Amino acid sequence: MAEVEEQLPLSPHDGGRGECGEELPDGGAAVGVAEPAPPSAGSPVTEEPAEDTKKKIDVLLKAVGDTPIMKTKKWTVERTRTIQGLVDFIKKFLKLLASEQLFIYVNQSFAPSPDQEVGTLYEVTLVLTVVLS
Amino acid sequence: MTDDKDVLRDVWFGRIPTCFTLYQDEITEREAEPYYLLLPRISYLTLVTDKVKKHFQKVMRQEDVTEIWFEYEGTPLKWHFPIGLLFDLHASNTALPWNITVHFKNFPEKDLLHCPSKDVIEAHFMACVKEADALKHKSQVINEMQKKDHKQLWMGLQNDKFDQFWAINRKLMEYPPEDSGFRYIPFRIYQVTTERPFIQKLFRPVAANGQLNTLGDLLKEVCPAAITPEDGEKKNQVMVHGIEPMLETPVQWLSEHMSYPDNFLHISIIPQPTD
Repeated sequence: MAEVEEQLPLSPHDGGRGECGEELPDGGAAVGVAEPAPPSAGSPVTEEPAEDTKKKIDVLLKAVGDTPIMKTKKWTVERTRTIQGLVDFIKKFLKLLASEQLFIYVNQSFAPSPDQEVGTLYEVTLVLTVVLS
Repeated sequence: MTDDKDVLRDVWFGRIPTCFTLYQDEITEREAEPYYLLLPRISYLTLVTDKVKKHFQKVMRQEDVTEIWFEYEGTPLKWHFPIGLLFDLHASNTALPWNITVHFKNFPEKDLLHCPSKDVIEAHFMACVKEADALKHKSQVINEMQKKDHKQLWMGLQNDKFDQFWAINRKLMEYPPEDSGFRYIPFRIYQVTTERPFIQKLFRPVAANGQLNTLGDLLKEVCPAAITPEDGEKKNQVMVHGIEPMLETPVQWLSEHMSYPDNFLHISIIPQPTD
């Protein structure tokens, strides 16, 4: 029960019901789930030195159907992370088998393609609520 | 008299003559002849290449036939991009036919999504249509449709039936008469010179002063590097469906007439060829 630790691509956000888009300090440790995870300061995404691509954004994860609930719902994500990266992280976090399917829907209206960047999606949806099923 | 509606047909029936060749390192039992096909610009590679797969399977050992993937001059071709976009982005200004290399081994996991069945293409296509309608009408039009209407859009594309597709798609192209266009224009701008997959932002068809926004206005706002400065030399081509639309063209008109069936305007910015 301890191998989620490598490099958490997402940092959890426990600041209540704040609006998406506010800046959060990097490197919060994973709370909510009993994981002795290290701070995630060293993000694996290092390209794109440009100002706005470095900023992180908040993603609200909501489970639907039979998906296990994640106690921490709000996560801070690098803009350049892809939807596939998000899926891989959540599957690992929920300890789903690689063969299990996880679908992500945005604002309950569409499923983004796995290679789409979270930042680009945020650009066009303003509020990014991701539903897992 | 030509009607703007004729543009829809021209876009729909656009074809690219293509020559498929098996990659040299694939193991075959007999020599693999190249295979020629006219590819519909608006469709997807894995949707229209059953014949290509069959053709090469014939000369291969059964156990070597795994998931097929395509490559052009070293670049793996993303099946989830429309064919016309792939051609404009990677192969504009080259001699026809388009030479595509066919692979079965060494699937490039980093670059391509898997496409195990036609259902995956359908799901991707419908997700794009839904995303586009979220931008155009806050998803109202697509949500008011019935399941069979969604199916009709997909079947129209899959079976290359223009009328079947447009009987439904025209609803996605409507907007309230009191507005001058959609809420936002669904567009994506691609460049081979950058690492980013594409640029996509919120952009309204009408400016604050009531003027219609043009293709030039769009580029100025989201991709200024693509525009030729006054008195400067033209460095880039801005391509949609293999042509360079005038920069004065209103984006609302482009969105209604030159979008792909997924309801997005896929715009390629490519270096101006030097002859």
